[in-house]
This record gives sequence, structure tokens and C-alpha cells, in this order.
Amino acid sequence: MTDLATAPASTVEQVDAPPGRKRRRLDRETTLMLVVPPILVVLAFIGYVVWRQNATLTGAELEQLKWSQVWSLIGQHARLTFVSSVLVVLVAVPLGIALTRGPIRKFSPFVVAFANAGQGAPSVGLIVLLAIWLGYGFWTAVISLTVYGLLPVLRNTITGLDGIDPTLVEAGRGLGMSSTAVLLRVELPLAVPVIMAGVRTALVLVVGTATLATFINGGGLGAILQTGISLFLPKLMVAGAVLVALLALLIEWLGRVLELVARPKGL
Amino acid sequence: MTTDLSKAPEPTDSSGSTGSGGSISGAEILLEDVVKQYPGQKSPAVGSLSLTIPAGEIVMFVGPSGCGKTTSLKMINRLIEPTSGTIKIDGEDIRGKSETELRRKIGYVIQGGSLFPHMTVEKNIALVPKLLGWDKKRIDERVDELLDLVSLDPGRYRKRYPRELSGGQQQRVGVARGLAADPPVILMDEPFGAVDPITRQRLQDELLSIQRELRKTIVCVTHDIDEAIKLGDRILILQEGAQIAQYDTPEVVLGAPATEFVADFIGSGSSLKQLSLARVSEVELRKPTTATVGERVADVKQRAEAAGDRSVVVLDERGRPVGWPWLRQLKGDTVLEPTEDLVNIDLRSTLNDALDTMLSSSHGGAVVTGDRDQYLGVVVFDAVTEHIRSLEEEARD
Ligand SMILES: Nc1ncnc2c1ncn2[C@@H]1O[C@H](COP(=O)(O)OP(=O)(O)OP(=O)(O)O)[C@@H](O)[C@H]1O
Ligand SMILES: [Mg+2]
Repeated sequence: MTDLATAPASTVEQVDAPPGRKRRRLDRETTLMLVVPPILVVLAFIGYVVWRQNATLTGAELEQLKWSQVWSLIGQHARLTFVSSVLVVLVAVPLGIALTRGPIRKFSPFVVAFANAGQGAPSVGLIVLLAIWLGYGFWTAVISLTVYGLLPVLRNTITGLDGIDPTLVEAGRGLGMSSTAVLLRVELPLAVPVIMAGVRTALVLVVGTATLATFINGGGLGAILQTGISLFLPKLMVAGAVLVALLALLIEWLGRVLELVARPKGL
Repeated sequence: MTTDLSKAPEPTDSSGSTGSGGSISGAEILLEDVVKQYPGQKSPAVGSLSLTIPAGEIVMFVGPSGCGKTTSLKMINRLIEPTSGTIKIDGEDIRGKSETELRRKIGYVIQGGSLFPHMTVEKNIALVPKLLGWDKKRIDERVDELLDLVSLDPGRYRKRYPRELSGGQQQRVGVARGLAADPPVILMDEPFGAVDPITRQRLQDELLSIQRELRKTIVCVTHDIDEAIKLGDRILILQEGAQIAQYDTPEVVLGAPATEFVADFIGSGSSLKQLSLARVSEVELRKPTTATVGERVADVKQRAEAAGDRSVVVLDERGRPVGWPWLRQLKGDTVLEPTEDLVNIDLRSTLNDALDTMLSSSHGGAVVTGDRDQYLGVVVFDAVTEHIRSLEEEARD
């Protein structure tokens, strides 16, 4: 995004740039993925609003789908997602860095393999186990979501750092940069695209899994679904599912924007 | 220069081929019994290397793949720590300072430039000066100066990212980055290995002209013996385990390879390789009959026949050669200015360049000019081959 805004519109510069090396433009796919989801989300939400205003709803349904209730659930859900994702980054990135330094470096492939396998572990199990251990509530939900979102970011931080051309790292050292300077000014910026892809995956995982938070009084849009299921009210189930899906699409889109913004220019 | 074929490399004998130029700003590098044994390998990658690299010279490390060139080079800036032995720069043990401090005083240039892709050209070059805490104004000026030095227009290239440059341009920026903090010593590992031959030649010429001005101590690894001959004041030919096969000036290495290994390594083309060392000025010039534009043809023919020449060199009224016709091509009363261009060669050209021109001439020779295109004579094939033979004999003695 930033480089779109600041890229000089100089034609002179373009002329003698070697073919195929022009300043980066967004390719078609990226542009589509940036433009289409928000439009879809808005359209679908309008559809929901129209349905909500015209549907005949009974007591429990009305109670759950009150606008004030819906907005507060969306707020809780977003908060769960946001807090967990920030924690994920704060924990996974430094951990990933540590696992690519020095002698413990040789363990990093195992961590990556574990992260890949761990992805398949059932999230309900984790949430319930943690709740038994830590008790019910928002923070327990946040912790289990963080643990769940950790894996993709950790994995991508490791693969991102490992994937950097070693001659660039050596060039940095050879020029007289300290290893910290090389990490901060060469390795991390170069790994940002891969790390951010992991962050987007984590966001999607977390926003989906946050639906389960309601089981341990963690809040979120899961409440509508839970009520719908326990009282067998199909309208609630569908409405809840649609709202969760729309929020997830929006968050995924946000992740893409973030990825684009964070990507260093020149890559 | 070519007569100076002393075999023992004297540190004071600072290369005639790089010519006069600036005063030496390089520092002497000394390697004493340097050994590098990688863990888990039977024989050391570098087994006891002792070497003096004189200040202000370009020393080329050549040798077969895996012989330890890169390892030897990287021990100089401590990217690789020697197992044993001592390395001194300007008389100081390199272990006396911290690694980063040491490296900021040693330029480092690698294949392809190895520019940081997320930094602009300017940021890449400014890296070391920034580490050294230079102020912004000084850095800006330095970046411009360096871009000029490597023939890139600062206004146009400063703000570009590496991927917006061609391979040759990236390599130039890589050289500029290595020179940024004006280090006395520059290490290069196959700097021009990743570019096409024409660009490579340009970059080599550029490096030579930069070096004429700066007189750094440059250690350059290459696997291209021709590059070594062209750039090196001295060539270090290494064998498996960084054993020195020969360490001498290109002239001596070519003229008198120390061992079978060296002879094999420089290859059968070594006589041809002499050609890029020797200059036209060293060869005896032939003086065929000349004619001036406007002279009577009959007179010219008479003179030529008396001298036994079948062609004449035509000069204009200011003594500059303009044509080289056969006698039978001279028609009419007076000698006219020929219509086709005559390709002359300069007295300072290499024999290699001269041969190129000679091959495209029907006379088997080329007209040689000096300052302001003044006619000096003609160089012919026989003279060149004779010269090469004498060079080889001299070197052998
Ligand atoms: N990090 C390392 N660990 C173990 N062995 C190494 C390492 N680096 C190099 N070697 C070995 O040391 C020897 C010398 O390697 P070096 O890279 O110095 O060769 P080189 O002369 O630069 O070769 P090339 O022309 O292919 O670049 C080789 O046999 C190589 O396999
Ligand atoms: Mg090498």
C-alpha cells in the first residue's frame, strides 16, 4: 500500500529500467483479493440486515439478535481475536528468532514439523482443558486462542528467517554489522512477507476458533450459535454462522492489507 | 615493464601495469602459517599459508574449485577464524580488534553485489559510513562520489532498489558499497562472476581505473585465469589445501610457470595471454613507404618499388595516416584522400587489441599512431610473434 502511494510517477526512470524490473505494481490477483472481499462482506451484511428487519422472530431469537446484543458480541469477538493475535505475534516471533540463532538452530526443523502437526489438534479440546485448569472467562479463551494461533506464526518466522539468502547475512556481517544489526536490519525485514503470511493464517484461525470461547464464558459470536443449537432455533444458527463468516472474511481481508503494508519496499 | 621479469616478488615493486596514479592508500597484509581445518574434514581446507600482500597492489587468488580461495580470503576479515596462524594488516594482528571494528576497515565485495534488496542503492552504499557514525551530509556526498566513480548517475540511481538495476549495475553498486568508508583493504570474492563477458570486461576496466586512482590493497578471488592476468599485479595460484603453486607477477607466471600444475592451469593459451600484457610500443615497427595526399602517383610508385613495397601508407598534410592502399589501387595523377576509414591502433594498445585490428586488415598488419594520431609505423604479424617468442625466452632464463 505505502509503495503505491509514494512510488514516483517518473517516466524517465522507467525507460531505462531493464525489462521486467519495473516498480512493483499489484498484480491482478492481489488487487482482486483486496477489492472483492470487502464488497462481498458489505453486500452480504446488507442482505442480513434486510432479512433481520423482515423476518418474524420469536422470543429467544429476538433476544439474541437484538442489534445492541449483536454489536456487543461482534465487539467481544473482535477483541478476542485482536488480543490473541497481538499476543501470538509477541510470543511467536521472538521465539522463532531464538530458534534460528546459535546452537539451538538445529532444533528448528523439529519445531516446524511439530507446528505443522499441531495445526490438526482439535481446538475444542485445548479450550476445554485450559478452562479446567485456569477457570472460565475471557483470558482463558485468549490464552487458548494464542496457543492455537502461535503455530503458524512460529513456523513462518522460522522458515522465513531460514529462507533468507545466507550470502546476504554474510554480506551484512562482512560489512561490519553486529549480529543484532544484521537481524534487525537485514533478516527480519527480509522475512517480513513470510512472517506476515503466517500472521494472516493465525488471524483466520483465531477468528474462527474464537466462536468456541462462548463455551467457557469467553464471549463472542459463538453465543448466538450456541443458543441456536441448544434451543434448536435454525434461524439463530444460520444468523450466527453468517455473522461469524462475515467477520472472518473481514479479518482475513485485514490480514491481507496488513501483509501488503508491512512488506518492505524493494522486495 | 616486460623486461622487469624479476621472479621474487618485491613488496616495493609496485606494479608498472597499474601505472602512476595516486599515492598508495592500501595497507600490507601478512599471512603467517595460517591453517584452517573445518571440523569433520580429513585434510585442512587451508594448510599453512604464508603470504605477503604488498600495500597498494591487486593480488588475485586463483585455483581450482575447492582449493581454499574463499576460505583464505574470509580469514582476512574474520568471517572465518583460522585454526592457527597469524594474519596482520599494516603490522597489526587482526585479532587485536573486535570483528565488527576490523570489518568496517575492510571493504567486502561479493559475487552479484549481494545488495540488500529492501534497501535503496543509496542505503546500501551508506551502510558502513552509517555504522561508523558519519554525519548525513558527509554520507550524501560520499554516495554521490562513489556512484560517479562506478559510472552510475547519482540523480538517476540513488533511490532505486536493487531489483530495478541490471546485474552489471548491481555489481557496480556492490563495488561502491565495498569502497564506501574508504577502507585501505578490499576483499573481493568472484566479484564479476555473475555478469556477461562484455559487462565483465567493462567492470574490470573500471576497477583498474579506480585502482589507478585509489591504490588500495585489493585481494580478489577468481576462477578465471584471464581475469587474474588482466587485473593482478600479482597472481597467487593455489592448489588443493591452499598450497601455493606460484605467487608472482602475471608476466612471470605466464612466461615461466613454476610447476606442471601452473602450466596446466594457465592452459595452452598462455602465449596468447601474453598478448594482453604486452603493449604495441614494445614491438618493433615496420616503416613502409609513405605518401602524402596530393603527391604525384608516379613518384610514389617509384619510391615504393625501389623500397620493395607493394603498398603505401597515405598521410594527410598533418602527418595523420588516412589510408593504406596497394600500389595497384593508386590511380590518376595525384594521391587522393581514400574514402574508406583506416582503423589505426594506439601505441599504448595491448597486443591483443592490435591483433584484433590486424586480423581485419588485408595487409596482415595495422597502422600505429602516437599522440594526436601522428603516424609512427606499421605493426605486422611477424613482429608480434617474434616479440612473444623473445618474451618467453626471457622468462625462461
Ligand atoms: N563451512 C564449511 N564447512 C566445512 N567445509 C568447508 C566449509 N567451507 C568450505 N569447506 C571446504 O573447504 C574447502 C575449500 O573451500 P573454499 O570455499 O575455500 O574453496 P574455493 O577455492 O573458494 O572454491 P570455489 O572456487 O568453488 O569457490 C572445500 O573442500 C570445501 O568443501
Ligand atoms: Mg569460493
